[in-house]
Amino acid sequence: MNKIFEKGGKLHWLHSTVDAFETFLRVPGTVTRSGSHVRDAIDLKRILIIVLIAAAPAALFGMWNVGYQHSLAIGDTGLNILGNFWYGFLKVLPLYIVSYVVGLGIEFAACQIRGEEVSEGFLVSGFFIPLIVPVDIPLWMLAIAVAFAVIFGKEVFGGTGMNIWNPALLTRAFLFFSYPSYMSGSECWISLRKTDTVIDGFTGATPLALDGAPAQYGTGFWDLFIGTVPGSVGETSVIAILLGAIILIWTGVASWKIMAGTVIGALAVGLIGDLAGISKVPCYMQLIYGGFAFGAVFMATDPVTSAQTECGKWIYGILIGALCLMVRLFNPGYVEGMMLAILLANTFAPLIDHLVINAHLSRKAKKLKAA
Amino acid sequence: MSQNIVLKKGLNIPIGGEAELRVSKAIAPGITAVRPTDFKGLLPRLLVKEGDSVLCGSPVIADKKNPDILLTSPVSGTVKALVRGEKRKLLAVLIEADDEQKCIDFGVKDPASMDAGEITAALLESGLWPWIIQRPYGIVADPAVRPSNIFVSAFDSAPLAADGDFCFASEVKNIQAGINALSKLTDGEVHVSYDADGDPASELRKLSGVHAHFFKGKHPAGNVGVQISHIRPIRKGDTVWTVSLLGLAAIGKLFTKGRYDMRRKVAVCGPMAIEPSYVETLPGMPMKELAGFYGSNAPETRFVSGNVLSGRNEGVDGYLGFFDNQITLLREGTERELLGWLRPLRWKQFSTDHSYFSWLTPKRKYDMDTNLHGGVRAFLMNDGYYAKVLPMDIYPIYLTKACLAGEIEKMEQFGIYEVLPEDLAVCEFVDPSKNNIQEIIAKGIDLMLKEMA
Repeated sequence: MNKIFEKGGKLHWLHSTVDAFETFLRVPGTVTRSGSHVRDAIDLKRILIIVLIAAAPAALFGMWNVGYQHSLAIGDTGLNILGNFWYGFLKVLPLYIVSYVVGLGIEFAACQIRGEEVSEGFLVSGFFIPLIVPVDIPLWMLAIAVAFAVIFGKEVFGGTGMNIWNPALLTRAFLFFSYPSYMSGSECWISLRKTDTVIDGFTGATPLALDGAPAQYGTGFWDLFIGTVPGSVGETSVIAILLGAIILIWTGVASWKIMAGTVIGALAVGLIGDLAGISKVPCYMQLIYGGFAFGAVFMATDPVTSAQTECGKWIYGILIGALCLMVRLFNPGYVEGMMLAILLANTFAPLIDHLVINAHLSRKAKKLKAA
Repeated sequence: MSQNIVLKKGLNIPIGGEAELRVSKAIAPGITAVRPTDFKGLLPRLLVKEGDSVLCGSPVIADKKNPDILLTSPVSGTVKALVRGEKRKLLAVLIEADDEQKCIDFGVKDPASMDAGEITAALLESGLWPWIIQRPYGIVADPAVRPSNIFVSAFDSAPLAADGDFCFASEVKNIQAGINALSKLTDGEVHVSYDADGDPASELRKLSGVHAHFFKGKHPAGNVGVQISHIRPIRKGDTVWTVSLLGLAAIGKLFTKGRYDMRRKVAVCGPMAIEPSYVETLPGMPMKELAGFYGSNAPETRFVSGNVLSGRNEGVDGYLGFFDNQITLLREGTERELLGWLRPLRWKQFSTDHSYFSWLTPKRKYDMDTNLHGGVRAFLMNDGYYAKVLPMDIYPIYLTKACLAGEIEKMEQFGIYEVLPEDLAVCEFVDPSKNNIQEIIAKGIDLMLKEMA
């Protein structure tokens, strides 16, 4: 690194930023001092890039689907694959630019103030944020939401690795409570230009909100599974998300226990809903509706904000699944419960770990006494 | 009665440069260092000055807190220099060896006919006492304490570790004498742990008067701390002792030969070692004596006394540590790899993580260097990411964070009494956040020592 970026140099205030770009290009030449003299080739950059790769199918499919839903809404057949993708790409790209510029800008500044190297955490959060917000959200709203999530969700706690809530979901929650008119209802989930005229019988409601009413798109199991339905960019295609889940589980970045726990929790409450006659759809359909799959695979499994202990991961997962379905089934106000379920479970994760560890320690103490 | 214990967690690090089973050289070092820094918890008081002549077995340094604990000279010769560091801290006493070696005769004795007091006195007088390490904390044992048990690991599972049978088959008689002596110092038993996959006909398995255990698993299965946690976990207030095979052999020789004999086979290994093999030498041997093994590569070589996971970085001007029978030569990894973390394959690097492809070639040995392979970050991965390589019933990252925070009560809860930094070395190896976990644990132990004193 050039000397002017070192301490005392003229451009020292750029130190963290330059270091971030430099280490992005080349692995630092730092060597171990003592302790374990050789180290595993894995680092956080590698782990986080795996998450991006895992989320890429959902993101790419989502971009195409934005265009496809738009075509359906204006009465097109939606068969122009490249055209649809291009429409979606142009819609999503500004979201990415805003998300990364605002988020990384704050992150770089915060790291410089703390005198640390820039952590890669926001590369992932910034990638997820455009996938979970309405595609037509005004960019200034997104900028405020991202700034809120990064500053109050992360930096005040000490940066990446110290946060309590998932920053991407915090962004969405901020939008949800601050600008509800942009985040719900039947207009927000399908991208429309001002000049567009929609077809007869058009509805912008997602399958979850539709509740069996007819729409211009298919609402069968396979439509939902493949993802040709309205929704936020990344959440619609269960197939693409499952592909990501396989990558995450194989590389061990995300915990399969959390994913499995979430599914179990949702099925359990869903079944109760079925038996009690509250639910209008069979419980397994709940797993492919809305943001459930995306949340279970990418949001709930964030290693920082999820439960840390192996047993805790099961409890944490089940809690998310159960809470999500409870919101969906027993609360007429909100049609979607995944975001709130995960944020609430994030809040409880330290408590879950505390209980699991205490149980473990008292079991161990008993064993020691017996020995 | 023997017991089989299978450990599923752990990691054998596939580093190249294993030492061939032959002694290629006997090194009688011209200069030998006696270093108080090899011994945790020992405050040195000098007993010699420059120009004094010493015999093999003469006291050189005593402990300030317990003046009976002595460090003695492994050679006969003249005190050449005293090496001091910051604040005049004594780092080493350099002794120039005479051509003809003279040893103090402590007299051949039979430990069977001695009582505990006599054995303790003999070990203290000869300078062999510091071989006995006390747990918790891994400090030199207090002669006034009777430990509840004594633990010995009869195998070393660390990367490129010296071969137990090759080094100790001829020492079994001495080791047996050492065990006979130490078993008088405890009310419990002497527990010896063997490698379950080792040679069943091994001479070492013929030791008597011990409680044998068999461990099957990857590193750190051979760490005595891991073994203790499976045999009889240390509780608050417990004191146990550990001794290595090297120590037992040295203690045994005091009784069978009447001499302070530190001579040992040392594995010179690692990717930078030319024709890695064994040398026969003394502790405190300068690394420069190994010139034949590193050739002209000294500037880019790291000299590690001990194994790659928890050995000490000595540098070319360093010495072989008192407790070590392994020297690992590594390449300093100062090279800056272009887009390293982004490359899909990165064929030359080893990783346990499935985002690389080392799992495809389980038998391959890697030419590892000392590069950190990334920047230092806060802990981001779950405790389970680390626990999968640690065969102990503790939460490694919770313990590490408790040490970072300096919270005594939490450290106790999470098992600070059971571990030494070396036990968590594998967690440090796999850590994607590149924290120095062993250093953090060592600081935690220092804090405990300070607060509990």
